[in-house]
Amino acid sequence: MTPCISLPGGLWSIVSVVIYGAFPDMAAAAFYDLDGTLCRTNLVHAFAYNARNQQGLWRSVTRMASTLASIPLFLAADSFNRRLFNDIFFRRYRGESEDRLRYLAQELFDTVVRPSIFPGAYELIDKSRRLGLRQVLVTGALDLTAGPLVRHLGLDDSVTNRLEFVDGKATGRLLPPVMAAATKASWVRTYAEKEGLNLTECYSYSDSMSDLPMLSVVGHPTAVNPDFRLRNTALQHDWPILDLR
Amino acid sequence: MTKREAKPLRGPVPRHKEDDQVVYIDNNSAPRIIFSGTDLLCEDLPIGTRVIYAKPPIEGLANPGAAIRYAINHPLDSEPLYAQLSPGMRVTIAVDDISLPLPPMTTPDIRQTMLEILIEILDANGVDDVHIIIALGSAHRRMTPAEMKRMAGKKIYDAFYPDRYYNLDAEDPDGFVPLGKTAQGEPVNISRRCVESDLVIYLNVTLVPMDGGHKSVAVGLCDYESVRVHHEPDTIAACDSLMDPPRSMLATKLARMGAIVDQHMNVFHIETALNNRMFSSPLAFLGRNEDEFSEFDRLKAETLRLALSKMPEVAKRKMFNAIPAPYQLIACFAGKADPVHERIVAKLNEQYLVKVKGQSDIVIFPIPFISPYNVNSILNPILLQVMALGYFHHFYRGQPVLRKGGALILCHPCYDDFDPEYHPSYIEFFNRLLPETRDSHQLRAKYEEEFARNPSYVEMYRRGYAYHGTHPFFMWYWGEAGRQHVGKVIAAGAKNAHVPATLGWDRAESLTEAIAMARSFVGPSASMTLMKWPPIVMADVE
Repeated sequence: MTPCISLPGGLWSIVSVVIYGAFPDMAAAAFYDLDGTLCRTNLVHAFAYNARNQQGLWRSVTRMASTLASIPLFLAADSFNRRLFNDIFFRRYRGESEDRLRYLAQELFDTVVRPSIFPGAYELIDKSRRLGLRQVLVTGALDLTAGPLVRHLGLDDSVTNRLEFVDGKATGRLLPPVMAAATKASWVRTYAEKEGLNLTECYSYSDSMSDLPMLSVVGHPTAVNPDFRLRNTALQHDWPILDLR
Repeated sequence: MTKREAKPLRGPVPRHKEDDQVVYIDNNSAPRIIFSGTDLLCEDLPIGTRVIYAKPPIEGLANPGAAIRYAINHPLDSEPLYAQLSPGMRVTIAVDDISLPLPPMTTPDIRQTMLEILIEILDANGVDDVHIIIALGSAHRRMTPAEMKRMAGKKIYDAFYPDRYYNLDAEDPDGFVPLGKTAQGEPVNISRRCVESDLVIYLNVTLVPMDGGHKSVAVGLCDYESVRVHHEPDTIAACDSLMDPPRSMLATKLARMGAIVDQHMNVFHIETALNNRMFSSPLAFLGRNEDEFSEFDRLKAETLRLALSKMPEVAKRKMFNAIPAPYQLIACFAGKADPVHERIVAKLNEQYLVKVKGQSDIVIFPIPFISPYNVNSILNPILLQVMALGYFHHFYRGQPVLRKGGALILCHPCYDDFDPEYHPSYIEFFNRLLPETRDSHQLRAKYEEEFARNPSYVEMYRRGYAYHGTHPFFMWYWGEAGRQHVGKVIAAGAKNAHVPATLGWDRAESLTEAIAMARSFVGPSASMTLMKWPPIVMADVE
């Protein structure tokens, strides 16, 4: 940020030190994972909704059947590595029209995502906001899916995955940075640096072991509706375990 | 020439008893059975050690139901309950939570007996708008449905749960009404449902004199803003003791706040006192003088001690939590808070107070497996601290059993073990805050607000069964008077070094070593007293 008052560099440094000395508390934020943390849905729900709503009955049926048949593969890939899962999963979007995905996004939110938001999520965000924390969504979901939810929950900021489109058609690849596992933590660190946040005072919430790095970089990590592995890890690290369901 | 009086013999103090509750150890004394968490120790104490035992249980009232009905129909400074009822009125019944009595009593719980009688009376008078609220105060954990059912009985539970029988939610943003402030500026915010009721009936299980009275409504039904004005270090430090209401700053503040409550609400108090029959007959020997044990008692004691020493900690905890106490009702009064509480305290004093001559340089506190805040859970290090320096230190009238600056020996393994579901904020308090400071004022100023507002802790309190984020702070403040009074605390039998160190205590491998350490601190000729808890005994120290 450029200071409004023009001061010589050295003097400005002194003023900054005085200001920071007088107000040592830096801002902080709460970082939320989305799927399984704030709502019950996941990436596959969103994809299945799009598959079911293809143009033409035959296309819908084949895409749905293909999606259902792939579920064991998705589960296996996710349990092995979130990046591998992303590679396999988002390839399914290849050939999808950008217009159609955007058209379906609000409908997907209204019919699938909104009803699946955990009741406790609203309250958690409200309490957190009252503490003066910036509300940030850090999710591997697509921007198309997450956008309406960010607006609905009144979050201040978000980072999502974005599909690559060429000539209005999805290529099945994600634009970098791909939000998953350690990338989330890296993004949180960079974001905190850029926004002047004190990570020790920040909170992060996730349901999945794959978000362990994101949980580990803040001072107040919380496991929310955790899977078995994250629950055990949270117990070992003495992190709070929260059930928003 | 007159005959010279014989001088007392030098050497060991001859075996004598001041009365049945105050016994001195001599050459022929049996070893003492001492609780150390979920274990039992069998210890030969030094000759001359004074051992203070609980009084035998006062015989329970033959017909508790009749006693409760009589109290309701003959209240103190108040109209009888039936005269205050009219069809269509709104009534809220507030009941104490699972922290009382300890351990939970055999069924039917006295609250079930009271509730069944009350609901019958309310029904007969056409009062339908009845809610039952568990008075958790601002920080106690919610009771589980199973615990609620056990406490109120199936009939009440089936009829009222969950819409009309529920836990107080101190974090409900619209759940409290400010009634005003005392002249000293203490805010009194009380549960909206209670304030908006035509009549509030508070059912107390007054286990110790600190409970009951104005504390019931002013603490049990208040929010964080109200509770923090007295759950703070200076108030606790000014209590001499918490168990002696006329000399308790906490009771003074609560009386002021209770006056505000009485200006705005119609509260009908029903207080009960139970005897100290903490152990059912197979374990009743645990409360008796070991010198008077029968052979069978000795066999039972040794068998139990050996069995406990072989069992895993989790199993021992489960076992002790599964044994309810066969408490019996010894008194019930109803009406206005002050006269009711005065009579109940008199009855409790009759049960608990034991006359004791003089203080000691060294005092031994056996710390058992349970505290008000770990029913069905773990006695973690902070709760261990509050049991020793909070509750047990305050179990006196007149002056503490331990002289100022003396050595306090605690018998407990001091496990570094926390329940992540019930006590999540305790974990952070112990591991993050205590290594930085043990100063109550600093902790309050710097961290209490942060823990109070921590969204994770708030949600765990509201949606799970966690104690409120502030509870470990209150527990730490509760030990303030004890911390200021004792010169040294030694944890005898602690299984690790870091828990006592974090709490600011010394560690000893065994009770014998702890006594040697205490003597090196206060002097070799130090006097010594063992408070033989449980059951509850309070010292009336001259």
